[in-house]
Amino acid sequence: MDDWKRNQRIFWPLALPPAVWLLVFFLVPLSLIWVLSFGEKLGIQEIATTWTLDNYAKAVEPLYASILWKSLRICGLATLICLLVGYPVAFLIAFLRSSMWKALLLLGVIIPFAINILVRTFSLIAVLRPTGPINAAYEALWNGAHAVLGVVGLGDALLGERFTPLMLMYSNTAVIVGIVFVFFPFMVLPLYANIEKIDRSYLEASLDLGASHLRTFVSVILPLTWHGILSGVIIVFIPSLGYFFIPEILGGANSDLIGNVIERQFKSANNWPFGAALSFLLMYATFGALALRAVIAGRRGGGA
Amino acid sequence: MTASSLEAERAPAAARRPGRARRVARALGRGEEARGPLDYARSWWLRGFAAAVFLALYAPIAMLIVFSFNDSRRNIVWQGFTTDYYVKAWNNAELIQAFVNSLTIAATSTLVSTILGTCAALVLWRFRFPGRPLYEGLTSLPIVIPEICMGVAMMAFFNRIGWPTDLGWPWVLGNITIAHIAFSFPFVAIVVRARLVGFNRELEEAARDLGASEWQVLRDIVLPYLKPGLIAGAMIAFVLSLDDFVITFFTAGPNSVTLPIKIFSMIRFGVTPEINAASTILILITVAATVVGVAMQRPGHDPGKE
Repeated sequence: MDDWKRNQRIFWPLALPPAVWLLVFFLVPLSLIWVLSFGEKLGIQEIATTWTLDNYAKAVEPLYASILWKSLRICGLATLICLLVGYPVAFLIAFLRSSMWKALLLLGVIIPFAINILVRTFSLIAVLRPTGPINAAYEALWNGAHAVLGVVGLGDALLGERFTPLMLMYSNTAVIVGIVFVFFPFMVLPLYANIEKIDRSYLEASLDLGASHLRTFVSVILPLTWHGILSGVIIVFIPSLGYFFIPEILGGANSDLIGNVIERQFKSANNWPFGAALSFLLMYATFGALALRAVIAGRRGGGA
Repeated sequence: MTASSLEAERAPAAARRPGRARRVARALGRGEEARGPLDYARSWWLRGFAAAVFLALYAPIAMLIVFSFNDSRRNIVWQGFTTDYYVKAWNNAELIQAFVNSLTIAATSTLVSTILGTCAALVLWRFRFPGRPLYEGLTSLPIVIPEICMGVAMMAFFNRIGWPTDLGWPWVLGNITIAHIAFSFPFVAIVVRARLVGFNRELEEAARDLGASEWQVLRDIVLPYLKPGLIAGAMIAFVLSLDDFVITFFTAGPNSVTLPIKIFSMIRFGVTPEINAASTILILITVAATVVGVAMQRPGHDPGKE
């Protein structure tokens, strides 16, 4: 690496434009929001900066605290499902021997990144609605079971007289399905990067010393991929709190997440200071999670 | 569903007759080597599970595309093939305007992001300077903060500086473009830096010894080497811009509607096959750009590494 002083004629023209762009069009807007979060709403457009903490206090009022709590629950559950589904897939890709299949499956995980998140969310409507394929499969199963039980005369007693489709759309279930579906690739890639890097000789040593595959997984593989798990969880959990359009498209009347509250403060309720405080709570959560990851990575000496 | 039921049928059979697993493996072209202790990827349970997951990942998208050709207004059952909804989308002036807006923003943002991202990557690769960690942190910040935070920040910022809302086309797209550049170029910088890792600096020194100026070295030696990285970075910037919904949602005005924003308002208005048609077009463009980007990045791993 060269010292910047020796080549200032190259250094400044390269270093300045990106820095200035981010300073003006990124740091200044963020600082503005930060200051706004301590502001007081005077009129429709007027906001006075009084350095009040009221906006943050409002976030823990019962109404908003319950939304906050529900967001954490819904997004937490969705993140957990993402992890449980994503880990085996990442594991499989990392242990594939054929490089062609590996590249192909990785591309299969990456392509959904390119497909618009809104379009992907929208595509779930057709799957989850009462006339969609999930309910069609459920109905076929139900009819089968009804017919079989009908032979012994229990059909109506156990299953009811008529098939009722699952009401999956416009519910918290749909929101969870939506988050898992949209964020799945975000979970798989960091996991894959981590599992891929495991030194296979550790696993061989564990197996040679008589540990079972399960024991090897729990005591060797899992601790070695802790960092990837954490990265995946952060990358799914935090952004999912802010994706207001998923509850908007798939959710019901009570599926609002923090993102929806923020969106409303800026778009319709017009309480910018409160919206700003909520978005900064989200920012602090992000920084906290990243710091936690850095600490764990430092203690474990690297990783993905 | 099919894959997992197939799996359930196969796994016990393979366990009973080990010869069969090997025959299947041979038929799939994996040679005759016995399954090693770490060949977890050969587990039919794992394969079946992954197949089911990929099915779930792609089936909704496939359905969306297929139903864009469905000859039915309510679009619930298949009524026959038609391209009517593409014609309808084509004749929908607002939709076409949104599409043109999206492409204009994406093209401008891609150009500027590629330049800025390359600058940032070159600086971090080449120079030691005070505040380097800060510089590095700043250029990765837009990647880590939640999109909604950046969206509302942009909205408040353009409002505060009094960004005019009555500008003519294409200037009315200016604020969205500025925001898109701010979150896109850090991604370009990452891709370009990855490519720079494999660069042999002796080439640079040789050129300098032969009398090339610093700028000539950059233009004639470094940039040609970076080309695949630049194309990959540009593709990422293009897809990020074309796909962005959250940040655009907070910066778009009535005269600067982009395709994702238009699709969102159509979804809110009611589900029609026209949305499927518009979505399909968007999917085709972004997936094609991504495949090009991924293909360009692959040779980047060759020099020096592995």
